[in-house]
Amino acid sequence: MSKAFVPTAAKPGVITANDLREGHNLWMCEDGWTADPAQATLFEDEAIADLALLKAVGQSNIVVGPYLVEARRGPNGPEPTHFREAFRQRGPSNYFHGIQTLKQAKQSEASNV
Amino acid sequence: MFDVRPVDTDYVRHRAAQFRAQVERRLDGSLTEEEFRPLRLMNGVYLQLHAYMLRIAIPYGTISPDQMRMLAHLAETYDKGYGHWTTRQNIQFNWPKLVEIPDMLDKLASVGMHAIQTSGNTIRNVTTDAFAGAAADEYMDPRPYAELLRSWSTDHAEFQFLPRKFKIAISGAQRDRALVAAHDIGLRLIQKDGQTGFEVWVGGGLGRTPMLGKVIRDFLPEADLLAYIEAIISTYNLSGRRDNKYKARIKITVHERGLDVFKAEVEEEFQNRRRDFHGADREALAIFRDRFAAPAFRNGPTDGYEAERARNGAFRSWTDTNLHPHKVDGYASVIVTFKTHGETPGDASADQMRLLADLAEQYGHDDLRISHDQNVVLPHVHKSDLPAVYAALQKAGLAVANAGLTSDIIACPGMDYCTLATARSIPIAQEIATHFKDAGLEDEIGKLNIRISGCINACGHHHLGHIGILGLDRAGVENYQITLGGDGYDIPAIGERAGAGFPYDQVVPAVDRLLRAYLEVRADASERFIDAYRRLGPAPFKAALYPEPAHA
Repeated sequence: MSKAFVPTAAKPGVITANDLREGHNLWMCEDGWTADPAQATLFEDEAIADLALLKAVGQSNIVVGPYLVEARRGPNGPEPTHFREAFRQRGPSNYFHGIQTLKQAKQSEASNV
Repeated sequence: MFDVRPVDTDYVRHRAAQFRAQVERRLDGSLTEEEFRPLRLMNGVYLQLHAYMLRIAIPYGTISPDQMRMLAHLAETYDKGYGHWTTRQNIQFNWPKLVEIPDMLDKLASVGMHAIQTSGNTIRNVTTDAFAGAAADEYMDPRPYAELLRSWSTDHAEFQFLPRKFKIAISGAQRDRALVAAHDIGLRLIQKDGQTGFEVWVGGGLGRTPMLGKVIRDFLPEADLLAYIEAIISTYNLSGRRDNKYKARIKITVHERGLDVFKAEVEEEFQNRRRDFHGADREALAIFRDRFAAPAFRNGPTDGYEAERARNGAFRSWTDTNLHPHKVDGYASVIVTFKTHGETPGDASADQMRLLADLAEQYGHDDLRISHDQNVVLPHVHKSDLPAVYAALQKAGLAVANAGLTSDIIACPGMDYCTLATARSIPIAQEIATHFKDAGLEDEIGKLNIRISGCINACGHHHLGHIGILGLDRAGVENYQITLGGDGYDIPAIGERAGAGFPYDQVVPAVDRLLRAYLEVRADASERFIDAYRRLGPAPFKAALYPEPAHA
């Protein structure tokens, strides 16, 4: 568990981790964990975020290495403020692998509706 | 034909079964992540930026065709169809699922492979010259000694919790291609008064405090190898710093305590340890020597090779750059570069792995090597077979004539995969390679070592690059420092930082200015970048990197 970042209304954050069984990136959302960072819960209050992080640590049968990291409010949900988190949310730049494939699948699902 | 399969397959299977049970206990909650982490690391399982990563040992970079085919199978079945050659002659898979890794380890065990000691504060994969047993300038094949060190260090009870990781490299040739001076222990096979032995280097390493090693023993009789290495590591095990991770490598121990003090302790310990070796190591070495016996080389004409060179310019160009001189007449070692312009350095697809396995069986005496510069070597190919090998490689997009040239870049995975990284390395390498190909300058520039690391830990060996590039995070933005004058081979040297770093999109233009300046100032086409740098010093190169702003 790492908690270097303290969220405020001006500098909110999200809680992120990796899936224990498969390893992919996850974000804490209203009803558990999601692989879509846009669905992540945005924390603006230190105490609420601390409680949520404790809950995440308690879910070690689901996730590995949860941590709180800065994010900003975007038109479609939380967005990363640092390039490291941007890469985690996108996937590697040399192949179309990782989270970006989920986003594409979601888009193509939406366009087929 | 040699047999690279370790004899201790039962042990490898046992370890795989042990790990399966550990994963089960982690999943059912019997083990916490804190308890599980050191166990998974002992089996080469890391958690990276997007997924788990499995690092598999390829001892001294030597691998057989059936082992290579197993890697191809794992790439297709459990990963995304490819694997990544590392700078320590291993392979990494970037996308395995934790729940499937026990199956991967079982399958690896079936071909005598494993991931033991590819992580953790243990003795890591022993590395050597990719041309071992083949190079024309070789004094003696170092692989029997590398195997002796591997079998001795695997699960060595005393050395499972060293202050930090520990890397050994061994070279048996006139030219050191194993980067002996950049390892915790470096060994060079030499001969003195008719006796074979080692020049022993200690305390080299890159990372945040790069240092070249120091010679701790001018000549160690080869029979004393294990006793002496054990003395060095046990001395370090007790005196190495455990209070500060960044000062825990043996290079800091030797530097802080002084070589003379450290050496005196090692020599005293050596006398004690020597008494515990009663010949089992000598018997093992004899077996390993048999295992690495030279293949049955054939004596045939090479007229077809010469004729094809005369007829086919692309083939000639490839043979000019991608062959290494062999000790046997009529033979050559083939360097298959995994550096196609615009591709990821060191990434191999499952199909490419299978092709290499086929070529090794058909033309290469069943032998394959992974080189520290993230390429693959077919060490023994008769020259008459080279046109066929070239044609097959060309069909697979692997006949790029760029070994040792600008695009033959070593690059670590960087922030595209690595959780320690502070910036990306792969796209920088891709863009440099593509830029100089498009500019038509690669052949003109000639031999050049560009090395890129995505953080201070220096897995991309940037300190040893003629041009080194280090990616950093500067106030939330990727920034790249350039070092000049490093060398891992002929005159080992740590590159010197040229000046302020460059933002991501300015790196290629900076390297372009640097190399165009080199073309201007070099004495002639035979003077390599590094030679020109040594002759002229950094001034003209720094001037190219940091031009004076034009005054209005």
